[in-house]
Amino acid sequence: MGKSIVITSGKGGVGKTTTTANIGTGLAQIGRKVCLVDADIGLRNLDVVMGLENRIVYDLIDVVEGHCRVRSALIKDKRFDNLFLLPAAQTREKDAVNPEQMEKLITELKQEFDYVLVDCPAGIEQGFKNAIAGADLAIIVTTPEVSAVRDADRIIGLLEADELFEPQLIVNRIRPDMIRRGDMMTTDDMIDILAIKLLGIVPDDESIIVSTNKGEPAVLDKKSVSGQAFRNIVRRLEGASVPFLALEEENMVKRLMRFIGIGGKS
Amino acid sequence: MLEWLAKLFGTTESSKDRAKERLRLVLVQDRAILSPGLLEALKEDMIAVLSKYMEIDEEALEVNLDSSDDSVALVANIPVRSVRRKI
Repeated sequence: MGKSIVITSGKGGVGKTTTTANIGTGLAQIGRKVCLVDADIGLRNLDVVMGLENRIVYDLIDVVEGHCRVRSALIKDKRFDNLFLLPAAQTREKDAVNPEQMEKLITELKQEFDYVLVDCPAGIEQGFKNAIAGADLAIIVTTPEVSAVRDADRIIGLLEADELFEPQLIVNRIRPDMIRRGDMMTTDDMIDILAIKLLGIVPDDESIIVSTNKGEPAVLDKKSVSGQAFRNIVRRLEGASVPFLALEEENMVKRLMRFIGIGGKS
Repeated sequence: MLEWLAKLFGTTESSKDRAKERLRLVLVQDRAILSPGLLEALKEDMIAVLSKYMEIDEEALEVNLDSSDDSVALVANIPVRSVRRKI
């Protein structure tokens, strides 16, 4: 029996889909059998981020409504034989599926896969309720902004009300230079405020845009810093204790050098 | 010179500190939203306790959470009909 994980945030545009694609691909890379489920009915995007948009035949709603078997709706990844995507329906509404149906679907997928990752839509309405149904664990993605952290706090409350306890946090789009200037909240600040376990810190990284352009998750790029951050997250999910990337640290010497003007941007 | 030193030791108030403070306050308010059921239960308990000491006008009793700029307060308006001489 596998484990189901929902990736959620409340606020839109913080990187849920990118996170789902990268964690899923990272888990597949180390040999786990993974199914990605796009629960964003009507606004599907996980297919594009994974570079699988041309292979879709059936979708999640077809499965739920019994038009096809789960097997025939699953799209096999280009790179890994053990990675699959169940795409969202693009021309349907969020209420075309309910939490009970989602729970049944996720339970069925868990029989066959080590990990079932559900990409949750933004918001706290029906789509959110569908996406968290059947999840064993929730990962909350946020960015170092007041609005995103506020929404994350709201999501933590809603997950608790649904008896999904101890969610873990990924802080996305950290800018070390802005943290050094004191113009960006640190991960510690956010952990302090949200009182939640930290799963990962992902830097703001141009390679994410490049990889999304190509439909190839950054986790596959050995040279990408965000790819490294996602590889670390994958290992932590697997139970390993991996130190967090030192994106926020600066010692007194570096600060002094930068102050005098010989440290550059470092 | 002082400004330089402040910058060097990172003691000037930064926009990050503003963000943290604003976030802290907005979350106090977000988290303090009591459901109607909870508010009703609170009212009943308050009436029960206060009635030991005074006769209060239950109909006119008002209990609300008030948020101002930097704090959240439980504000109760409790009309007293008479005070009991002993418990």
